[in-house]
Amino acid sequence: MEHATELIDWSRAQFALTALYHWLFVPLTLGLTFIIAIMETIYVKTGDVWWKKTTQFWMTILAINFAIGLATGIIMEFEFGTNWSNYSWIVGDIFGAPLAIEGLMAFFMESTFFAVMFFGWDKVSKKMHLTSTWLVAIGSNLSALWILVANGWMQHPVGMTFNPDTARNEMHDFAAVFFNPNAVSKFLHTISSGYVLASVFVIGISAWYLIKRREVRFAKRSIIVAASFGLITSLFMLTSGDESAFEVAQNQPMKLAAMEGLYRGEERAGIIAIGLLDKEKELGDEKEPFLFSLEIPNALSFLGYHSLNAFVPGIHDLVYGNEKHHIMSISDKMQEGKLAVSALTAYKTYKKEGKEAKAKEALKDFRAHEKYMGYGYLKKPEDAVPNVALTFYSFHTMVGLGTWFLILFILVLYFAMINEIEKKRWLLYAALWSIPLAYVAQECGWIVAEVGRQPWAIQDLLPVGMAASNVASSSVMITFWLFAVLFTGLLIAEVKIMLTQIKNGPEAH
Amino acid sequence: METFSLYTLQTYWWLLVSIIGALFVFMTFVQGGQTLLYTLGKNEDERDLIINSLGRKWELTFTSLVMFGGALFAAFPLFYAVSFGGAYYVWMAILFCFIIQAVSYEYRKKPNNFFGKRFYEILLFINGSLGIFLIGVALGTLYTGGYFVVNEMHLSHWTKASYGLEALLVPFNVAFGLMLVFLSRIQGALYLYNNLENKALEQRTRKALKQNTILFLPLFLYVAGSMLFQTGYSYDAHSYVVSTESMKLLHNLMAYPLLGILLLIGVATLLYAIYTALFTYNRRAVWFSSLGTVLTVTVLLFILGINHTVYYPSLADLQSSLTIENSSGSHYTLFVMAIVSLLVPVVLGYIFLVWRSMDKTKMTIEEVKSDAHHY
Ligand code: HDD
Ligand code: HEM
Ligand code: HEM
Repeated sequence: MEHATELIDWSRAQFALTALYHWLFVPLTLGLTFIIAIMETIYVKTGDVWWKKTTQFWMTILAINFAIGLATGIIMEFEFGTNWSNYSWIVGDIFGAPLAIEGLMAFFMESTFFAVMFFGWDKVSKKMHLTSTWLVAIGSNLSALWILVANGWMQHPVGMTFNPDTARNEMHDFAAVFFNPNAVSKFLHTISSGYVLASVFVIGISAWYLIKRREVRFAKRSIIVAASFGLITSLFMLTSGDESAFEVAQNQPMKLAAMEGLYRGEERAGIIAIGLLDKEKELGDEKEPFLFSLEIPNALSFLGYHSLNAFVPGIHDLVYGNEKHHIMSISDKMQEGKLAVSALTAYKTYKKEGKEAKAKEALKDFRAHEKYMGYGYLKKPEDAVPNVALTFYSFHTMVGLGTWFLILFILVLYFAMINEIEKKRWLLYAALWSIPLAYVAQECGWIVAEVGRQPWAIQDLLPVGMAASNVASSSVMITFWLFAVLFTGLLIAEVKIMLTQIKNGPEAH
Repeated sequence: METFSLYTLQTYWWLLVSIIGALFVFMTFVQGGQTLLYTLGKNEDERDLIINSLGRKWELTFTSLVMFGGALFAAFPLFYAVSFGGAYYVWMAILFCFIIQAVSYEYRKKPNNFFGKRFYEILLFINGSLGIFLIGVALGTLYTGGYFVVNEMHLSHWTKASYGLEALLVPFNVAFGLMLVFLSRIQGALYLYNNLENKALEQRTRKALKQNTILFLPLFLYVAGSMLFQTGYSYDAHSYVVSTESMKLLHNLMAYPLLGILLLIGVATLLYAIYTALFTYNRRAVWFSSLGTVLTVTVLLFILGINHTVYYPSLADLQSSLTIENSSGSHYTLFVMAIVSLLVPVVLGYIFLVWRSMDKTKMTIEEVKSDAHHY
């Protein structure tokens, strides 16, 4: 069932909008819950009431953020049904499981202990309270685990077989889905990026206090906790980012090529450190893709394949094939895919007519070509290429900012330790301005992952065009605008409330 | 794992979905309480007290809804696809009603909150009234049907351009929705009666309880009566052909008398709860009403899936109708998820223990004001 492009575009736009909004709030929760838990642990260990106040201040900030995280989260779960209903059937047997487990294992834990964390100060023992705070942190990170297992599976589907009778994929190996290397690297990279964001956030706000010469003791202590946490976790983030790129190279070579703007494959491929893409460049022409670029030699081969000399296929090779490197062209894959699709239809028809023998033959035919079935739904080979510019710039922005945060943590920690941080006004301003940058890096990361995966809803298996619900595009357009207005209104309220709380400061508590 | 047949697992999952749905219906006491905010709270302090009492539980209700969705997705993906993707406007409207709830408690009284306190209170009211009403309408369509067609590849589409809003024209669905609204207000009143320590509020709470019970009972009789006596849908165990059958749900109860007894116990317990709260001033009545509601709703949902009954009839193409057999996940997935479901008692257990220790003392205005964090 092919859909009108208009419907698909609105559905994609709506998913992108809601996911990008949800992601504005989640990473702060992922990281801040841990920072708070650490602070409260210090309070319980030392008995210093001052730490309790500090903990409570950051908890208020968390609560404001958490509420809107829930508001934007609930819609995501149901959107799989409302907007991607074909998807929900075709892969729901595998995909639904992690989502349900997420609810059961993570969301209840979060919401139960969240209440203790906020309202239980005088109701439960200190130990029990601290445990609750840690459980909220663990719960929010568990929810990230399961949703990323689901997402990792979309990027690299494993552990299932196609059942022609139900016309869907069915799970046969839960462990393979759970331990999917893609999911593992995604989980590690995503949570560590959340920790980094939260560290930048805490440092930035503390820097603001120092700029204003307020709350000095509070700010300095918060900076030390956050910068240490940030430094450790950003190393972790870099490693897992590298691992993510390796995974992409293995399973999604087209995404890797788009991330680097690599049109013609090379051995000993380099990474473009800074580059400006030529807008005129089209697939298949001989133009240089970059107007200007600065390259780190061999780095891409190493990043993608952990070998300095490896061949990295470019977009051109992947679309039109490359015999030397045994890369099949998209049009060949489409041919295979179309055979699979028609064999499946034949199988269904024979089954209905009760012609068992013929059905069996059609099934054999189907199995022979099934590997490329998803390609059977593409219209032309060029459709297999994602938006190169968006993927490229997002990737480079993310990596550039990741490097900057590492430097920031080192500088801030150093000057805080030698107690000179107040004098370094430039550094305080840089830290303050890094807060929005951390959000930019986050959103860029997801744009790389999700836009780079296009046109696949499930890599090589199900193109987005097949995945959408059969509703009128006007209805999706209406809900898109409703979401845009509602979420923007809520975001403004959230930012205003948060800024006011920060202005009032921990002393107002 | 082969010891459990596919059908057993499907039945088990339908039971779990019914239980989670029933728990959610009970948990809507939060929504009911929200709609009573101005009926009960006559001044700022009283309203703050109500909000803070409900505000400590709202997330559990919210999470139950998410869980209900998640369990349906994992166990009956075809329902997820057909209903959510088809009755698009209804589900979207429901989701909007819940999105606006999530921020309202936290932002209502925070300084500089952009929209003002009253705005967030209106959002809470919409969530409690329209949100619950629409959920009732959506659940009603399980009994009255929807306009969908499922093709041989199991892909589906809706045949009405109103994408689900047409359900609002069916009296049964509307009555179902209203019934849930009044039920949630009954539960809300019972919960507040139990949770708060405030003389003035007590009086008004009992009055609200009485009024909402009077509105609830005729609706409940109508809905339950229609369910049991109206023509239902069944399918043949071998050919899977769907056909109509008069009084199908009543037949199901007669085929499984235990369920009939549980249903009667459920209804009686709910009525008893209301009775003791009104006439013997029993503050613990909410425990009975929770038990009664969960039993009643579980049975009424469960009998829709068993005994070869269609749980989501299609009014556009009868043979497209959904049954637990033709809409479920695979044997493997249902089995794996059944193992995961062993966690359910653990989760219910810690929720119970945590709240027992948190709710040991009744809530007062003084306590709310002195708390480090309050709404
Ligand atoms: C503070 C945010 C942040 C920063 C500074 C970085 N990342 Fe990142 N990155 C993310 C936040 C993020 C993310 C939002 O968490 C993503 C989106 C999807 C995912 O798995 O994580 C992501 C995705 C993502 C992907 C795509 C994975 C996929 O498509 O499946 C790659 C290859 C990298 N990252 C690599 C890196 C490298 C080499 C970095 C070096 C500095 C880096 N990231 C810094
Ligand atoms: C919260 C962080 C996420 C962000 C910011 C994000 C972003 C996006 C964006 C920008 C798109 C549109 C891509 C395009 O159409 O060009 C998209 C699509 C989509 N994403 Fe994500 N995504 C996130 C997480 C996830 C996760 C965890 C899942 C699955 C579990 C997921 C599933 C999907 C699906 C099903 C689509 C629609 C189909 C498609 O366009 O491929 N996303 N997302
Ligand atoms: C990388 C992607 C995602 C991560 C790590 C993530 C994580 C989280 C976290 C930590 C929360 C708690 C609220 C908060 O902290 O703000 C949350 C809320 C929520 N998320 Fe996401 N999320 C992601 C994307 C998605 C997607 C794609 C869905 C849809 C399936 C989704 C569904 C939800 C729901 C339903 C809630 C509210 C749950 C509740 O009742 O507590 N999330 N998410």
